[in-house]
Amino acid sequence: MSHELLEIKNLSTSFQIDEQYYAAVDDVTLTVHENEVLAIVGESGSGKSATAFSIMGLHSRGKIEGEILFQGNDIANLPPSKLNKIRGKDMSMIFQDPLTALNPLMEIGDQIGEVLLLHNKNMSKSKRREYAAELLGRVGIPRPDRVVEQFPHELSGGMRQRVIIAIAIANQPKLLIADEPTTALDVTIQAQILDLIRELKDDLNSGVILITHDLGVVAEMADRVAVMYAGQIVEEADVESIFVNPQHPYTRSLLSSIPATEYAQDRLHVIQGIVPSLKNLPREGCRFKERIPWMDDSVHEDHPELHEVSDNHFVRCTCYQHFYFPDENKEEQANGVTEG
Amino acid sequence: MALLKVDDLKIHFPIRGGILNRVVDNVKAVDGVSFEVKQGETYGLVGESGSGKTTTGKAVMGLNNITSGDIYFEDGHLNAEKGKKIDVRKDIQMIFQDPYSSLNPRKRVADIVAEPFRNYEKLSKDEELKKVRELLQRVGISADSLYKYPHEFSGGQRQRIGVARAIALNPKLIIADEPVSALDVSVQAQVLNFLQDIQEELDLTLFFIAHDLGVIKHMCDRIGIMYQGRLVEEGLTEEIFNNPQHIYTKRLVAAIPDVDPRNRQKHQSYRAQVKEEYQQSFYDYFDDEGLAFNLKHITDTHKVALPERG
Repeated sequence: MSHELLEIKNLSTSFQIDEQYYAAVDDVTLTVHENEVLAIVGESGSGKSATAFSIMGLHSRGKIEGEILFQGNDIANLPPSKLNKIRGKDMSMIFQDPLTALNPLMEIGDQIGEVLLLHNKNMSKSKRREYAAELLGRVGIPRPDRVVEQFPHELSGGMRQRVIIAIAIANQPKLLIADEPTTALDVTIQAQILDLIRELKDDLNSGVILITHDLGVVAEMADRVAVMYAGQIVEEADVESIFVNPQHPYTRSLLSSIPATEYAQDRLHVIQGIVPSLKNLPREGCRFKERIPWMDDSVHEDHPELHEVSDNHFVRCTCYQHFYFPDENKEEQANGVTEG
Repeated sequence: MALLKVDDLKIHFPIRGGILNRVVDNVKAVDGVSFEVKQGETYGLVGESGSGKTTTGKAVMGLNNITSGDIYFEDGHLNAEKGKKIDVRKDIQMIFQDPYSSLNPRKRVADIVAEPFRNYEKLSKDEELKKVRELLQRVGISADSLYKYPHEFSGGQRQRIGVARAIALNPKLIIADEPVSALDVSVQAQVLNFLQDIQEELDLTLFFIAHDLGVIKHMCDRIGIMYQGRLVEEGLTEEIFNNPQHIYTKRLVAAIPDVDPRNRQKHQSYRAQVKEEYQQSFYDYFDDEGLAFNLKHITDTHKVALPERG
């Protein structure tokens, strides 16, 4: 694998609630290489989007600790004036909701042109238009020369998402962060958008951080996967290990709750309880403990660490060694039955 | 026996224009759809946004004006002339897509769930409260939540409150329009399991509208695939997923992500192959006006919109 593009070291992002800081991202360490797709998976409230926003410097009120090394330079806590030289150019983001990410009062061509202008002051208006149309064509929008003159409301959801992607790739970023890029879309459009991201990655040799709760998308796209729960990474491995040999109880629970796959039974697995809110996160011991109350307390570590269980496969806490589903035979589990 | 029968349903919305605001054209949201939902089964209607699936569901609920066609429920004619029309609002209930906007934020849970009783049954305050408690218990919401407001609940809990309201009057048919698409997978699993339980307990018929094929495959006995206001294929769940015949169904099935990363190459080349077939033969599956053909039986249960010559 080629060299590191982004290295996040011990990143913690905290937000102030009632005079006190609570960490939404807690001691996260991750690396993205060139031409690699790293997927961050988890439910709402797991801290996956907060991680992405920290990288992009979009938390105006959060407290960010740790290092975010982008091409070797620490960009954590850079002032906006300096960040703006990188954002939208070397690193850019595809936002989840195309309807709120686009300006409803601005023509599509001008919105793309704005990104171009910010990073290349010499580009003339007509040239920007021309290039905007070219970008739209590249993301598979039919008749791009017409679309540049249209407004967001005139386009369908899939088209708008492509416009967002066109804006994100306008300056050929080295790092592309895609936050739930296909969640709002129909499955055939989703397939096209994923193909598109994959092609762009290959063309530009970029690194991609894909944030999603859809494990199907992860299986299709990712090279490496980090599973997040309650602000921490609970499992990290290459994509095949995550799906074929999942270890952490949270990863295994997530997999068996997806309908109509080989992981699912007639009755889908339901994770007990709810994702704790930021204020109520258990700060000590295994954070997933409350969601698997049938497991004995002794299986958890007091201070859960990430353990390397096999080459480059990391799992937090020791509870994975003993974990079984409540409806599952304990002995069978002890004999090492795995899915896949 | 068919509980619900939809026969050649058409719903057109007029487009007005010009200085006299005349009707210049129609959007044919639903254009000749026929299907039956049998007592006790789960029937799934699948399609992309704009395919007309929600419009069809709303028409059954009586929330849309029907341009032509008939809807029968049990033995009654739902859209008959005035006077002969039967009132089925008690028997057909709906679960909506977005649990955040389908519950009135200014009402307490007790009032939200009691509303159907207040509209249809004269109950004393005590009886009403007792019934509301029972319903909440059935959907797994604790009784101390009676006087809370919707914002105090998580998405999954809200969706269950929506279900409690929908089953309050013991309906026979529940129309679930994308009931889990706004939820996380594990919460989604909870709501889907719960819908299955309720269905069995109350002998309900479910009419399930969704775009997520995984959810549809898990829940439904039979499936109808909609494309641009027409059904292009209908069959048992296994038939649709294992042996799709219409080019659009094939495209849809191929687009479902495969959860095994080891199949990635294989799945991608299969998808590329279907895409090629789609581009080459798309027009063979539609008539000169771009409409899907009428459905023809290829087995007893499997119907496909194929051209006359086959």
